[in-house]
Amino acid sequence: MSVTMSAIEQLSSLSIEEASALLRKRELSSRELTEACLQRIESSDEAVGSFLEITAELALEQAGRADQRLAAGDDVCALTGIPVALKDIFLTKGVRTTCASRLLENFVPTFDSTVSERLYQAGAVLVGKVNMDEFAMGSSCENSALGNTRNPWDQQKVAGGSSGGSAACIAARQVLGSYGTDTGGSIRLPASYCGITGMKPTYGRVSRYGVIAFASSLDQVGPLATTVRGAAALLETVAGHDRRDSTSIKEPVPDYLGLLEGGVEGMRIGVPRQYFVEGIDPQVASAVHAALARFEELGAQIIEVDLPHSEYAVATYYLVATAEASSNLGRYDGVRYGIRRGGDGALLDMYGATRNAGFGTEVKRRIMLGTYVLSAGYYDAYYLKAMKVRTLIRRDFLRAFEQCDVIAGPTSPGTAFELGSRTADPLAMYMSDVLTISVNLAGLPALSLPCGADSHGMPVGLQIIGKALDEASVFKTAAAYEASTDWHHRLPEISS
Amino acid sequence: MSHYDQGGWEAVIGLEVHAQLKTESKLFCGCSASFGAGPNENTCPVCTAMPGVLPVLNRRAVDYAIRAALATDSKINRISRWARKNYFYPDLPKAYQITQYEQPYCEHGKVSVEVDGKATVVGLTRIHMEEDAGKNVHDPRADRSLVDLNRASVPLLEIVSEPDIRSPAEAAAYMRKMRSILRYLGICDGNMNEGSMRCDANISLRKRGSDTLGTRTETKNLNSFRAVEKALAYEIERQAEILNSGGSIVQETRLWDADRGVTRSMRGKEEAHDYRYFPEPDLLPLEIDDEWIERVRAALPELPDARRNRFIRDYQLPEYDAAVLTASKELADYYERAVARHNNPKSLSNWVMGDIIRIANESAGEAEADYSSIPLSPEKLAAMVALIDDGTISGKIAKSVFTKMVESGEEPAVIVEREGWVQLSDSSQLEAMVVEMLEANADKVEEYRGGKEKLFGFFVGQVMKASQGKASPQLVNKILKEKLS
Repeated sequence: MSVTMSAIEQLSSLSIEEASALLRKRELSSRELTEACLQRIESSDEAVGSFLEITAELALEQAGRADQRLAAGDDVCALTGIPVALKDIFLTKGVRTTCASRLLENFVPTFDSTVSERLYQAGAVLVGKVNMDEFAMGSSCENSALGNTRNPWDQQKVAGGSSGGSAACIAARQVLGSYGTDTGGSIRLPASYCGITGMKPTYGRVSRYGVIAFASSLDQVGPLATTVRGAAALLETVAGHDRRDSTSIKEPVPDYLGLLEGGVEGMRIGVPRQYFVEGIDPQVASAVHAALARFEELGAQIIEVDLPHSEYAVATYYLVATAEASSNLGRYDGVRYGIRRGGDGALLDMYGATRNAGFGTEVKRRIMLGTYVLSAGYYDAYYLKAMKVRTLIRRDFLRAFEQCDVIAGPTSPGTAFELGSRTADPLAMYMSDVLTISVNLAGLPALSLPCGADSHGMPVGLQIIGKALDEASVFKTAAAYEASTDWHHRLPEISS
Repeated sequence: MSHYDQGGWEAVIGLEVHAQLKTESKLFCGCSASFGAGPNENTCPVCTAMPGVLPVLNRRAVDYAIRAALATDSKINRISRWARKNYFYPDLPKAYQITQYEQPYCEHGKVSVEVDGKATVVGLTRIHMEEDAGKNVHDPRADRSLVDLNRASVPLLEIVSEPDIRSPAEAAAYMRKMRSILRYLGICDGNMNEGSMRCDANISLRKRGSDTLGTRTETKNLNSFRAVEKALAYEIERQAEILNSGGSIVQETRLWDADRGVTRSMRGKEEAHDYRYFPEPDLLPLEIDDEWIERVRAALPELPDARRNRFIRDYQLPEYDAAVLTASKELADYYERAVARHNNPKSLSNWVMGDIIRIANESAGEAEADYSSIPLSPEKLAAMVALIDDGTISGKIAKSVFTKMVESGEEPAVIVEREGWVQLSDSSQLEAMVVEMLEANADKVEEYRGGKEKLFGFFVGQVMKASQGKASPQLVNKILKEKLS
């Protein structure tokens, strides 16, 4: 039986830009829009499972204030009054933040992340916190210790990960915008699997302050929405230098929304020959080729480029990311917050019992791998070599970008897979990210947007990669494609 | 004969000094870095390592670090890197310490040290910046441990010397010199008992004349100068005894037990931690450009060696006096305030090196003398010496004036006036006293005239005694010489 949308729920299917226009014209109130989202969550989330925490009270209060701001007509920004969801990796003051881990299942932060602070300042409405793979480690959202998220297009399939909840809540039209984090593809992959737009900006474009760390040199915050314009509005609101994050970029944030139009006429789009990998789903390949053909029709020039070190990306990533993670996750020791087990025993027993009870299998696997990678005698062979390969991968992109303005290809070799089908095979799971990971290693901006569907109707994602700091060209290219297709208008039917 | 002397050994010592920088705030957050607040009062999400927090470098701490580099003739690296040192302990909230590892901010420095008048130069391998850990406190009543994170992330310098030190005395002299430099720079309190300066020692023995290094041990928990000296002496003998009897030294970390006066094994090489160092991804490499260095250099205070040379040159002081006075910045400051008030550098030097250091030691009791709170102002000391120099009081009476001043805090002139201690310099009055004394000691006068010239001092003493110390010794001398010739 399919869950049909009530009239009020259909409001939640509005894009951010459509809703914002209605809010500014006072034809719609933020309160109505927020209530629509809450109703939509109520009717669909049992099937989808996006949310770990619904902050209805806070949302309605914020909506009330947004309406006052909209009525006064001053200080209205692109997100004023817009209901959004945050991946449960962002610290939200007074709102439980778990990172989908048993270890933090009762953790209530005493301060806000820079992202949530900037959202509140903009007058956005926080509807809730959404599911993810525990500590952002995973590609299917199945590693969450606190909930199951299913793909809105087929509830037997995964939403993708790690920002599975952030993608599913957009695809299911539960909120208008959301934020995730992307360490190796964690925004783009679920965006691709769920048929929506997700963007990972340049490393350092958005502050990581108050974002629970997985791999510090790779983690980056980014937006998810039904449209490119929506994603641009979400990014513009939270991007920019933050004194509290020394790695955040000092460069001013371009006016993404203003630079969105203009099309791809005369643009050179590079297509890496390595991105149509062996084992790629032919339906994915043909959908992406069709998209490339569309770009040519729109006046762009398609150029084949070479990214020779792509094949080392996954191995490099799993050395660098696990090394950093093994260190970042050391603080969960049961001393200051989170769960504590074995507190009556010896110190080492407390550490062991707490971390054994608190962390799931994948997190433990990566901590062990990372600890090994950094160990005396192995550091040079693994971590140091990985850092060198990382430099080579970065150089590949610099060279490719001498010939083109953006790079395009598939986001993932396949479409969303069956729940449980890869959980026993970590390597197969890791390969879902084979096409997204090198972008993180190089610190570049990249976006995934829908460009087709396979024979089961599961969405196919098109990935567009830009030069460092050049999110604007990525958005512009994606917007041109989106304007010429209907993929972003396709709605999943959610059966319960 | 000691095992050390017997075996013809030479000690090879290198020291690692941890100096807490006295910045207002911590190294990576805005919390106060001060000592003495209630448990966990000086903490925030960053230094308690809440999830999602990030470090932000305190540039003031880098200013201080650059001062230390310049004061030790070190080479400052234009780019240095932060690293994580990973280990689990409740006083280390992140489970890693942010430090500098492969690329410290400075290297190749040197410090000159003097022992028994013999000067040597101790090389510095490197100095790097890092954050301190918190403190675990065991609560025996409740059989539980408590954690105080006030000290977590307070900035430290780790100053690593070359193995250039050859004796415990030299090690102590090096520590004293290092502390003097840090205090002159105003960047560290240097209180070893409060832990604002700490020391670990690496030591090995080799046959005299050999240039290969023996197996070393590292000794920790050296929290006073005395501990440094005693622990090293103990460790040298321990190693010499083992080596003399044909044994070999185990590379290990040892702990100094001050109560029992021994070092004992803490952990061996096999149990050494694997700290899994790697570059800190949350911080950019530290860039120190020429402009930054020059800005710090321009504001650099005068350092101990320079001040000592200036004292010799400007105040015409003997080398010994200058070294004693300038070893402590506070003592040198005290001296200079006194000289500024009354220009008799040598006499003031004698008073400062003698009675002033004595009263500072007395008021400190068991603790180390604190020259920043000497219980007599340099101005009063100067005023008193001025009274000696203008003949108002004798040097002997001055001792009593000094004691009274320290007790009451009164001006010396007030004391002298009240006590009637003005020096007798009326020649006729003194002459009468001399004549009277000579008459009373007619037999001694005979002996003197017979060649026993040593008795002159006796005669002076008798007059001084008769005048209750108020007679001018110069005048008494003069009159006596006339009368006896």
